[in-house]
Amino acid sequence: MFILFSAMIVIFSILTVTSRKILRAAVFLLFVLVSTSGLYFMLNYQFLAAVQLTLYAGGIVVLIIFSILLTSHISQKFESSGWKKNIFSAIAALTGAILSIITILDYKFSATTEAAKEVNMKLIGKSLLSVDYDGYVLPFEVISVLLLAAMVAAIVIAKKGSPKTIGLSKLNQE
Amino acid sequence: MLPEIVALNTSSSLSVPWWKVVYDFLPLTQWIDSSLHNAMSPFWTTVTEMLIIGVLILLFYALVGLFLVYAERKVCAFMQNRLGPNRVGPFGIFQTIADLFKLLFKELVPIKNADGFLFNLAPFIVIIASFMAIAAIPFAKGLHAIDLNIGVLYVIAVSAMGVIGVLLAGWSSNNKYSLIGAMRSGAQIVSYELSVGLAIITIVIMAGSMQLSVIVEAQRDGWFIFKGHIPAFIAFIIFLISSTAETNRGPFDLAEAESELTAGYHTEYSGIKFAFFFLAEYINMFIVASIAATVFLGGWMPFHVGPWEGFNHIMDFIPPFIWYIGKTFFVIFLMMWFKWTFPRLRIDQLLTLEWKYLLPINLVNVLIMAFIVLMGWHF
Repeated sequence: MFILFSAMIVIFSILTVTSRKILRAAVFLLFVLVSTSGLYFMLNYQFLAAVQLTLYAGGIVVLIIFSILLTSHISQKFESSGWKKNIFSAIAALTGAILSIITILDYKFSATTEAAKEVNMKLIGKSLLSVDYDGYVLPFEVISVLLLAAMVAAIVIAKKGSPKTIGLSKLNQE
Repeated sequence: MLPEIVALNTSSSLSVPWWKVVYDFLPLTQWIDSSLHNAMSPFWTTVTEMLIIGVLILLFYALVGLFLVYAERKVCAFMQNRLGPNRVGPFGIFQTIADLFKLLFKELVPIKNADGFLFNLAPFIVIIASFMAIAAIPFAKGLHAIDLNIGVLYVIAVSAMGVIGVLLAGWSSNNKYSLIGAMRSGAQIVSYELSVGLAIITIVIMAGSMQLSVIVEAQRDGWFIFKGHIPAFIAFIIFLISSTAETNRGPFDLAEAESELTAGYHTEYSGIKFAFFFLAEYINMFIVASIAATVFLGGWMPFHVGPWEGFNHIMDFIPPFIWYIGKTFFVIFLMMWFKWTFPRLRIDQLLTLEWKYLLPINLVNVLIMAFIVLMGWHF
């Protein structure tokens, strides 16, 4: 099963970057994300798998597809990029891969004899909000502040001027 | 994702009389599991079990689809003071089977200038999403293909993926009606997903778990819609409204508003591909209704009134599966009632309803529910 999922991830990742039609690339990206959540299901970490499905597959890919729908036409096809770009991106990808492989090989994975834990919602909720050694309350709060900032920024960008000018333009229309 | 009926029981024959299986499917599934284990290796046992479950779900899927189309036409006729289908078979019950064969024999029209790969992929995404959701639904005691500990979240996550199929269908058809339909449906589903999730979270707070079997078990002494006072009832109403919108059904069926968009995102589809979209819509309705039945109306738990011993005993005699189906079809009937009695909304009215009314009500409702649970005011 692991081989199947990882093969799917590799193949569809390559297809994502080589496809010349933008929506097809988005769909391949969707397949990559779904097979990643399959890996999480294999690890028996069902919460993360479901979050992966809702956030990435159901949220981000939908937004990507939505913006493609708004901006591009079906007959649009990208030019294949020049050999210089190809070489440089290949070098960048290879360096990233080598770096992460070296780090993984360096790390000593010690096998535990502990039984697999069932990670249920209560455990996740408690450790997210605990201030103990294993707690995640600081990252949780930092991310909340970041999200709040992002939302405020989105509202500021989407706002159409001050209320005064909006009222004036309405008057003009009438 | 292995089916979790692998609770091993060494007894190789059914230990209870056959008619008791109707009340508790666990001995039957355990018996099947252990006899399969005796016959072959663990790997092949898993494969066979997955095959059995797959075939059963497929059969169930087809039957429910056929029946729901028939029920929709009958309910619609009833609302409009007509008879509905009444020629093929007694009361017209074979009408949908005849329609199915008509759809199967129709030509698949290839579209020039369409993106062939995505065009063919879209119906499958829609149907696979609904298939994956149906696997996690508890039909009766012990009749539960996979009992994840985040069951509710999983069902929401998976059923929300159907929208990708709709968006792809609209874009790849290379047709402006399809595109507009797909855009509307995208905006609608992404915003109403929030309300569905929050309405369910209100009940998850009460149950203290997301596992569907635990949620059902917690309703043994009373369904959540009664246990949770007013907040649970508000959550139920919000869930009904937003799930009707999420399945693209009337009065929220803007994605396929036939008066303005011919047929919306599936205008260009024909034959069996169209049938896939059609079937997926009905199955999504079934899934949503069964979540409503499971989370709010007690799943397969019989209706109990606290101190009435005799009454409770009589209710226990009705098999859990019948309870489950009855509740689900009650919710489905409510949704059909909406469709045939309310006029269609405009897209701006739809989004206003979600963002300015349902979402704030929902957030306050979650807070109230948390407070009630904290103080122990529920039953």
